[in-house]
Amino acid sequence: MFLLSLDIWLIVEKAALILVIIGLSFFIAMYTTYAERKVAAWLQDRRGPNRAGPWGIFQPLADGGKLFFKEEIIPLASSKFLFILGPAMAMTTALLTSAVIPWGGTLHIFGRDVSMQIADINIGILYIFGVVSLGVYGIMIGGWASNNKFSLLAAIRGASQMISYELAMGLSLIAVLMLTGTLQMSGIVGNQMTGDNLWHVILQPLGFVIFFVCALAECNRTPFDLPEAENELNFGYHQEYSSMKLGFYLFAEYINMFISSAVMATVFFGGYDILPFVDESKWGLSPNLLTILGFAALMAKIFFFLFVFIWIRWTIPRFRYDQLMKLGWKKLIPLALLNMIITAAVVLWLKK
Amino acid sequence: MQLTNRAKQVDRKPMTWLESIYLWNILKGMGITFSHLFKKRPTISYPEQKRSFSKVFRGLHVLNRDEEGRERCTACGLCAVACPAEAITMEAAERLPSEENLYREEKYAAKYEINMLRCIFCGLCEEACPKDAIYLSQTFAPSNYSRKGFIYKKEDLLIPNPVTEPEAYQKALGDKAGKN
Repeated sequence: MFLLSLDIWLIVEKAALILVIIGLSFFIAMYTTYAERKVAAWLQDRRGPNRAGPWGIFQPLADGGKLFFKEEIIPLASSKFLFILGPAMAMTTALLTSAVIPWGGTLHIFGRDVSMQIADINIGILYIFGVVSLGVYGIMIGGWASNNKFSLLAAIRGASQMISYELAMGLSLIAVLMLTGTLQMSGIVGNQMTGDNLWHVILQPLGFVIFFVCALAECNRTPFDLPEAENELNFGYHQEYSSMKLGFYLFAEYINMFISSAVMATVFFGGYDILPFVDESKWGLSPNLLTILGFAALMAKIFFFLFVFIWIRWTIPRFRYDQLMKLGWKKLIPLALLNMIITAAVVLWLKK
Repeated sequence: MQLTNRAKQVDRKPMTWLESIYLWNILKGMGITFSHLFKKRPTISYPEQKRSFSKVFRGLHVLNRDEEGRERCTACGLCAVACPAEAITMEAAERLPSEENLYREEKYAAKYEINMLRCIFCGLCEEACPKDAIYLSQTFAPSNYSRKGFIYKKEDLLIPNPVTEPEAYQKALGDKAGKN
């Protein structure tokens, strides 16, 4: 069935995939809030939410319901259009990134090869960087439109922090890109798939550490949660927000966490590659099963990273602003540059 | 002058380069928090599980009855006199011949009130009572919306009748069972 020489099933397939992945992002973000509270409690010898449903698993629904029914307040002195645009931006950019992440190999359904990636564009990683950089607009616009000094301060902090850490992040990624020779996300995963191709974390441990630290900063997670800083700026850029607009900001943060975990798993931990050092295609499993196992492996890696994010948050306090800037500009960027130069030298030497 | 030898010299050396990227110290901290995942949690899930009070806990007052379900209180007023917070008031009345199954002695408390906001739960009323008519139980006064709600009347304080409702009586008696 063709319409305007377009394969209509392709559209259906992609639309279904988009719905599934956005639904999944929402679901996981929802339950990351629950995991956050639960893990926080465990790390502090408490029990955490355990009243709503068995083990408190309906807690996120209760939280969401509460946010929905709260009164929606738009401050009189705020810039109304931008005030509403802020959370919308934050949410949109958080969700956009998931488009280029390869969630698995290909599935064979109804005689078709369905790729588990929404768009396999050849500049995948650049696209992610572009969209992640847009994320700062959500914070900036929200903070500025609130017409509140604390919000504005927080927004400025957020913007400068994101810009500083994006540099080191990009530099640490360049070293990986030298190894893969491609910007395509599926290419980066493919480069780690087979037995003799190692996961990039083994080849680039320093690059991974730098990327991880920068991902924390990009998600505004502790120890880099200066834009939120409950006790200094009383909640920072979303101070004036209420109801679901606040919910969108909080939710976008958790979706960002999920997506950056996915990016880290994809770029450094072999994406949907099940085990390192092993060529899974020799196991003799059916390709569909292998794809599903691969998806499960990717999810396991993502959950591990989410746990580490939470674990870090409940271990260390916030950096002071000058410490943040010193770490970003004086430590991480030189380290990333060094890593890049060494990688480049080794790559050239091996090719000789 | 040094009073103890516990004082430690604070190390104010500038951070080495390795310390200044914080990584090692953060990993050490994460190790500490991770070890807490496996520790026993001291929390008690309150409404289902209750921490037991000590044997000598002094809680909400109970006006006692004897084995036949007659009120023990004779409204002598010794508890009110003993009370340092002046939380107890009462009015006495004379028992009618038809009320012998209700009150143990010829005189009884027609009105008996304890103001739980004034009460300091010292237990002096229990000690003062010559008739074992009042004692402090193992519960405490539940919250209330108004001050009036904290003034406990005789019907709030009286223990259930052991003849007509023996189970409720045993429950209210609690740890005091077999004591009197």
